[in-house]
Amino acid sequence: MSIVKEGLLYSESHEWVRMDGDVAIIGVSDFAQSEMGDITYVDMPDEGDAVEQGEDFGALESVKASSELYAPVSGTVIACNTELEDAPELINKDPYAAWIIKVQVSDKAQLAALMSAAAYAQKVGA
Amino acid sequence: MAQLPFFPHTQEDVARMLERVGLSSLQELYSDVPQEFLYRGEYDLPSALSESEVKASLEALAARNRKLTVFVGQGAYDHYTPSVIPALCARSEFLTAYTPYQCEISQGTLRYIFEFQSMICALTGLDVANASVYDGATAAAEAARMCVASTRKRNRILASEGLLPCVRKVLEAYARYGGYELLVSDHPLDALDASVAGVILPSIDRSGAIVDLEGAADAVHAAGALLVLYCDPSALAVLRSPADWGADIAIGDAQPLGMPLSYGGPYAGFMACREALMRKLPGRIVGQARDAQGHRCFVLTLQAREQHIRREKATSNICSNESLMALWATIYLSLMGPEGMKELNAACYRSSHYLRERLLSTGLFEAAEPGDFIKEFVLRPRTDASRLHKYLLDKGFFAALPTAEGGVSFCVTERRTKEEIDALVSAVEQYAKEEGR
Amino acid sequence: MSYYEKLIFELSKPGRRGAAVPSGTGEVKVPFGDGAKCWRSEAPALPEVSEPDVVRHYTRLSQLNFGVDGGFYPLGSCTMKYNPKVCEDVPALFAGLHPLQDEETTAGARELLSGAERFLCALTGMKHFTFSPCAGAHGELTGLMIIRRYHEMRGDTARTRILVPDSAHGTNPASAAICGLEPVTVPSGPDGLVDPEALRPLLGPDIAGIMLTNPNTLGLFEKHIKEIAELVHGCGGLLYYDGANLNPLVGVLRPGDMGFDVMHVNLHKTFSTPHGGGGPGSGPVGVCEALKDALAQVDGKVSAFHGNFGVIVRAYAYILMLGREHVKELGPFATLAANYIKESLRDKFKLPIDSVCKHEFVFDGLIDDGGRDGVPAATTLDVAKRMLDYGFHAPTIYFPLLFHQSMMIEPTETESLETLDECIAVLRKIADEAVADPSLLKSAPHNTPIGRPDETEAARHPILKFAAEA
Repeated sequence: MSIVKEGLLYSESHEWVRMDGDVAIIGVSDFAQSEMGDITYVDMPDEGDAVEQGEDFGALESVKASSELYAPVSGTVIACNTELEDAPELINKDPYAAWIIKVQVSDKAQLAALMSAAAYAQKVGA
Repeated sequence: MAQLPFFPHTQEDVARMLERVGLSSLQELYSDVPQEFLYRGEYDLPSALSESEVKASLEALAARNRKLTVFVGQGAYDHYTPSVIPALCARSEFLTAYTPYQCEISQGTLRYIFEFQSMICALTGLDVANASVYDGATAAAEAARMCVASTRKRNRILASEGLLPCVRKVLEAYARYGGYELLVSDHPLDALDASVAGVILPSIDRSGAIVDLEGAADAVHAAGALLVLYCDPSALAVLRSPADWGADIAIGDAQPLGMPLSYGGPYAGFMACREALMRKLPGRIVGQARDAQGHRCFVLTLQAREQHIRREKATSNICSNESLMALWATIYLSLMGPEGMKELNAACYRSSHYLRERLLSTGLFEAAEPGDFIKEFVLRPRTDASRLHKYLLDKGFFAALPTAEGGVSFCVTERRTKEEIDALVSAVEQYAKEEGR
Repeated sequence: MSYYEKLIFELSKPGRRGAAVPSGTGEVKVPFGDGAKCWRSEAPALPEVSEPDVVRHYTRLSQLNFGVDGGFYPLGSCTMKYNPKVCEDVPALFAGLHPLQDEETTAGARELLSGAERFLCALTGMKHFTFSPCAGAHGELTGLMIIRRYHEMRGDTARTRILVPDSAHGTNPASAAICGLEPVTVPSGPDGLVDPEALRPLLGPDIAGIMLTNPNTLGLFEKHIKEIAELVHGCGGLLYYDGANLNPLVGVLRPGDMGFDVMHVNLHKTFSTPHGGGGPGSGPVGVCEALKDALAQVDGKVSAFHGNFGVIVRAYAYILMLGREHVKELGPFATLAANYIKESLRDKFKLPIDSVCKHEFVFDGLIDDGGRDGVPAATTLDVAKRMLDYGFHAPTIYFPLLFHQSMMIEPTETESLETLDECIAVLRKIADEAVADPSLLKSAPHNTPIGRPDETEAARHPILKFAAEA
C-alpha cells in the first residue's frame, strides 16, 4: 500500500510535481521508491541543463537495478538537491520531502498532461 | 569408442536419465528443432587424441616457432616472471572459480581484486581503479568513451601520435562506430576547443622516451576537457605519477608486471580515475563491505553502472575482466615491493643505456631524438632498417624493430644478461663489417 | 577454520622483500629520485613483504574461494564445465613468443590459430574466424562492427538499428550502443520464443540485423529460426548469433546451417578454458563467406595483438581431445543433464515454461515459498544463499528478467549423475526448509567464511581501495 500525497501532480512514470510560481519541484512517489528498494545513488543533471517532457534527465540506482527519471515538464534545471549526493536514502525515507530537481518551466500548459493525486492513486492501487 | 575422460555418463546413467525425462533416446531431446538443421555428417575434425598425443601435437607446433632473445618492447615486455606467481595462479580455487557474484564463497577473488585496485591507485596516484579490462589498447578505447560520457555534449577525442601503434589502431576501430570523433596528431593540445571531451597522451612515447607533460593538464582543463595518460605500470614505480601531472584518467597494460609474452595475450588493461569520475568508470569494481557479524568483506559494487543493469545506457558493454591476470600482477607487485620495482627499473635503465652506447660505438647508427628513457629507445640506422632487422633475426635476436620513421627500436629489460647484450652488439658489428662500413 | 581477514598491505613491514632483481649491465648513473621533473619523489605505496608471506597470504585467500574443481556450479548461461588439466600444461610452450615477431619465426603459433579456425568452422558452419576479441561481449562488439562494415561496403548507410529480443543478456543492447546501433526490442511470445509475427512489423531498411541467442536465455530452442532468418534476410539485415548458449548445439546443429551470418564463440564456456575468477576469456568471431571482406577489415583491430593466445591454446588442446567422435556426445549429454534436473524438481519449483529444454532451464521460484500468516516468502536469493551452506554454488538468479524469481540452471555435460542427484536432493531439502523453518534460508549462508554483506552501504559509501588506518 503506497502513500500518494495530496496536492501534487503525477506523471505516468511515477514522478511528482509541486508548482512554486513558474518553478516545478520534482521528485518520485512512494510507489517508485518502494519498487526501487534501497537507493544507493541518484544521477542528477547539472544546473542550467535543459529537460524535455517525457525524456530522461537522470536515474535512481539501487544495488541491483537502475531506473530512469523522466521529466514531467520541459524547462531549465535551476537546482539539484545536493543532500541526495551523500544521503540518497532520503528518497526512501520521505519521497515527498526529498525533491530531486527544480525546473524553470517553459510552458505551463504541459502540466495538463499530468495526473491528479486521485488519478495517480487509482493507477498504483493505493 | 572409448569413453571420453571428462564425460562421466555411462550407458546406464544415460538410460536412467532418459527414463526420468520420459524420452527414449538422446535424439528426442532435439525433436523441437527443425529436423533439416540437424548435422548428420562427420565433423571435419581430427580423430580424438589421448593426452600424450595432444601434448606431442602441441610440442610439434611449438617446435615450429623460433625462440629468440628478445630486445623489442612496443607494448609487450620480456620481464622476468617470479616462480611464485604461476605456482599460486595455478591453484584451482583461483583458476577454476567463476565471477565473484556470490561473494560469500568468493572472498579470495574479491580480495585480490581489491588489492589490485589499490596497487593501481598507488602507482597512478588516482582515487579509483577497476578490476581490469581486456588490455591496454581497449582500456584506451574505454577511456575515450568515458570522457565522452563524463563531459556533456562534447564528442571529440584528441590523441597523440606518440601512442603505441597497437593502442592507436584499437582507438581508431572503436571510434569509427562509437559516436565520437577521434583526431590523432603530433601536437594534440593545439587542437583543443570546446568540442573536445578528452585528450589521450602517452606517459612514455612509443620511441621509449619519457614525456615531459608539464602544462598539459592545465591546457586540457582550461578547455573543459579531461586528460587521459597511457602508462607502463612498471615504469610508474619510478616516474612522476599521472595524478601528479594532473591527469583525470590513467590507463595502460599490466603485462610488464611479470606476465609472459605469450604471443600477445592474455594480458590485462587497467583503468584508474579521479573520484568525481567514478560512476562513469567501466568494468567491474570491488568495494569493501561488512557482513552481519561485522566482518570486513568485499563485494562487487556500483553494479548499477554495468551492462547487465543499464543495458544500452551503460558506458561500456564490458562484462568481464582479466581476473587471473590481475592476480598475476598483484602477486608480482607484492613480491617486488617499492624497492624491488625501483631496482628493476634501475637495471633496465643501466642495461638499455649500456646497449645504446655500445650500438652508437659501432658507427652504424645516429642518435635519434634526445630525451631520457628507461628501457626502450630508437636509433637511426645508417643502413636499411629491415635488412639489419632480418640479419639479427637470423642470428637469433628479435631486435632493431623498424619504426614508421625508418628508425630501429630496441628494448632491454632486466632479463637480458651482459652476455646477451654483448652478443647482440657483436652481431651488429659483424653486420657492419659485412656491409663494408 | 577461522576467517582469514588480512589484506597484503597489512602484512607489510619496511625493509621486507619478496624478490631479488639483477642489477643490470653498465655503470650509468640512474636518475630516479634526483628530484628531477619527470621522476617520482616518493615511493609508491606498495607492500613490503617476504616471499613466504606472499605465498601464505594468497594461499589462504584461495582457501576462501569456491572453484569448479572443488564443487558444482549449476550456473545458467555460464557453462561451468570441467577444465582439463593437460590444457593447463600447453600454454607454457608458447610463453616466450613476442607478438610482433616476424612471421617466419612464429609458424607454429600461426598454424595453431589457423587450426583453431578450422575446428571452429567445422563445429559452427562459419567460414572464417578472427581471434582478436578477448571475451564474449568483446566478440559481440566485433561482430556488430563487421555487420556495420558489411553494409557500408555495399553503400548502405541507413542501417542504424538492430533487433534484440527482450530476453537478451544486457551485453547485447550495450554492445549495440557502443557500436552506434539503436537496439529495437522484439517482445517474446507467451511460449518464451521470438514470434515471427511480432518481428514482422519491426523490419525495414533501417534494420542492420538481429542478435539472437539460440537456445535463448530460457534454454529454449528458437524453433521459428528458419522463418526469422528469412524475414531478416528478406529486409536486407544480417543474423548475429550470441554464442553464450552454444553448448547444447555442439555435435548436433551448427549456427551457420540455420541462417546465421556472424557469431561469437565463448572459448571459456563452450571450449572449457578456465574462468579464472572472471577472466581471461576469449571470444572469437566467425562469419559466413559473404562477410569475409568485412571481417578482414576488422580483424586484428579490436585488441592490441593476436587476442588471448594463451586461452586459445587451451581451447585448441580441448578440441583435439574431443575429436570428431566425442563432439557428437557433448550437446546431447549437456541437454540430458539439464532436463533430468528439471524433471526431478518440478514438483518443488515453479516451471513457467513446460517443455523439453536444451542445456539450461528456468524455474520461477518455489511452488510453496512458505509465505503466509505474516511470514515473508522465501525468495530466489534466499534459496541461492542456502545452497552455499550445502557446498553448491547457486544457479544464476534474477536473470532472465522475464520472471520475478528466476533461477537459471545449467549443469553441463561433465557432472556425474551422482552429483546431479546430490544437487537435486539439496534443492528438495531447501524447498522443504522454506516451509518448515524459513529462517534457515533468510539468514543463510551460515557455513561460508562470511555471511551476507551489506551491499547497500557498500554502494552508498564506496570504499574501493586500501587506506592505511591513521
